[in-house]
Amino acid sequence: MAYDKFTILKSSAVPLPIENVDTDQIIPARFLKATKREGFGDNLFRDWRYNSDGTIKTDFVLNNPIYTGKILVGGRNFGSGSSREHAAWAIYDYGFRCVVSSFFADIFKNNSINIGILPVTVSEAFLDQIFVAIEADPATELEVDLEQQTISIVATGASESFDINGYKKHNLLNGFDDIDYLQAMKTEILAFAENK
Amino acid sequence: MASTLFDKVWDAHVVRKIEDGPDVFFIDRHFIHEVTSPVAFLGLESRGLGVMFPEKTFATADHNTPTINQHLPVEDPLSANQLKALESNSAKYGISHWGLGDPKNGIVHVVGPENGITLPGMTIVCGDSHTSTHGAFGAIAFGIGTSEVEMVLSSQCIMQPKPKRMRILVTGTLNKAVTPKDVTLYIIAQLTTAGATGYFVEYAGDVFENMTMEGRMTVCNMSIEMGARGGMIAPDETTFAYIKGREKAPKGADWDTALAYWKTLKSDDDASFDKEYHFNAADIEPMITYGTNPGMGMGITRSIPKAVDLEGGVATYQKSLAYMGFAEEEAMIGKKIDYVFVGSCTNGRIEDFRAFATIVKGRKKAEHVIAWIVPGSHLVEQQIQEEGILDILTEAGFALRQPGCSACLAMNDDKIPAGKYAVSTSNRNFEGRQGPGSRTLLASPLVAAAAAVTGYVTDPRTLLS
Repeated sequence: MAYDKFTILKSSAVPLPIENVDTDQIIPARFLKATKREGFGDNLFRDWRYNSDGTIKTDFVLNNPIYTGKILVGGRNFGSGSSREHAAWAIYDYGFRCVVSSFFADIFKNNSINIGILPVTVSEAFLDQIFVAIEADPATELEVDLEQQTISIVATGASESFDINGYKKHNLLNGFDDIDYLQAMKTEILAFAENK
Repeated sequence: MASTLFDKVWDAHVVRKIEDGPDVFFIDRHFIHEVTSPVAFLGLESRGLGVMFPEKTFATADHNTPTINQHLPVEDPLSANQLKALESNSAKYGISHWGLGDPKNGIVHVVGPENGITLPGMTIVCGDSHTSTHGAFGAIAFGIGTSEVEMVLSSQCIMQPKPKRMRILVTGTLNKAVTPKDVTLYIIAQLTTAGATGYFVEYAGDVFENMTMEGRMTVCNMSIEMGARGGMIAPDETTFAYIKGREKAPKGADWDTALAYWKTLKSDDDASFDKEYHFNAADIEPMITYGTNPGMGMGITRSIPKAVDLEGGVATYQKSLAYMGFAEEEAMIGKKIDYVFVGSCTNGRIEDFRAFATIVKGRKKAEHVIAWIVPGSHLVEQQIQEEGILDILTEAGFALRQPGCSACLAMNDDKIPAGKYAVSTSNRNFEGRQGPGSRTLLASPLVAAAAAVTGYVTDPRTLLS
């Protein structure tokens, strides 16, 4: 399914300064029983957000109303573990459109781009700067410019560039997806299969 | 130019190279299960697309199936609905389907190889990160997301940037009671949980050459736990002997042709890798994890490291130990445990139950321990019965359950309760992985057996003659 175009995103951000956030934390397996992709946001970070009796854990960042926005900022090695695309769906369904970290697990990164969430990899130092800025002022805005491949902290002007391959960038900017691309080259694929 | 095993298989499957983009990568075998496929089929419908090569996709139900009373209707309506969706989607598009109750049913990464679907030199994907298992046969195998499942169904291709190459050599002789699971937990502890991200690993050296196919599958299975896209081992006589005669393996003249090709599948002597590690088999002892990612493992007789001695954030490390109820510098030996789980795509094959039986034979399950012994497939279940392992288990007070992923990810009813400790032969010790609040200690079937009969974390070497 093709998705929304991603051009420039200016938003406050939600900080999650924990390393190795695995996809079992993002969406626990017991919530993977649906047969459609909508609705997973309710259970995003389920066991960090809620106690076992369903009451809210007040010390978790998503339950703190001073932190809002469409950008999630996570610690190093974000999205490790299971290949469940449900993790990306949950992040999207909750309202995030961009995840920032100093390092992403491969499958999570692919899954995110494939549904229109932009994973932005920054240096360890810049990630720390973002966490410090948000801690000082929870309303801190970040600006992610996909065309320019830059991410900046709006108030200070501190900025860093990020990598993305030209093909994926073009897809995100235009809301295209891989299935469109593959359908357009079906004859070539059939010929390849024939010659194998 | 000299090339690696990985290059040879990868390059043979590139349909098109996109400049400043991924490769269009052809897939030989596609496994699907009930949890990560329904939305892909919905996508096909909404776009009005069909399945390009239904004979290259194989469905089995495993993640969400009960491990007792499989002859009865599945009680949980959501689980039942997913199983029904897999069945009806498979029927609609002409895909082979081994549902609950089918004699071929079992964990996808167990039944693929045992039916000869997994072969050397192939590209294999599945909406499951432990697809890396199939790399044991010299295949490029890795997990994908549901969008990619839809791509494979509709075009038999996915879009993948080529990972970098890593080689991990382990040479020498393994110590007593050190199993393939210990070898992989040792490697992951050395590299950390993200140490191989961006790489595809080739395992080489006499330790892997001397392993059975079951052992190689255990090692390749865990490749994802250090972040690698996958891991593979060059096929050899052990591989060919395992495959020969299996139902879907090539036969007659086709076998000879295939074999000649498979024998070319190895890294050239002067091939280069982007990163190489070399470990000494003698340094590895039976392993156990103490934290909340698979990289937090150590030799079973050691003490939990201090945060300051490790790379990475102190806060994350301490959060992890607090979750586990452990402290820095504590010993793991002697810790009381509540549950034992033997099974999963990591350690749910016949060899794993043989190993478990060597320790429980003539002993009794510790009274306070609840043990779930879950074969990876019906074929494994049958072997357990035929080899007399079931009798050993029964006599020692263990019951055998029916095949499935079970407590590895606890999607079905097999959940470890909050706060309880489980010694588990599975692959992940993440927070809540085996049930909300559960605490997992990853280990080999031998360490699991030692815990099951004593009720405490115990060095299996003390129980082996």
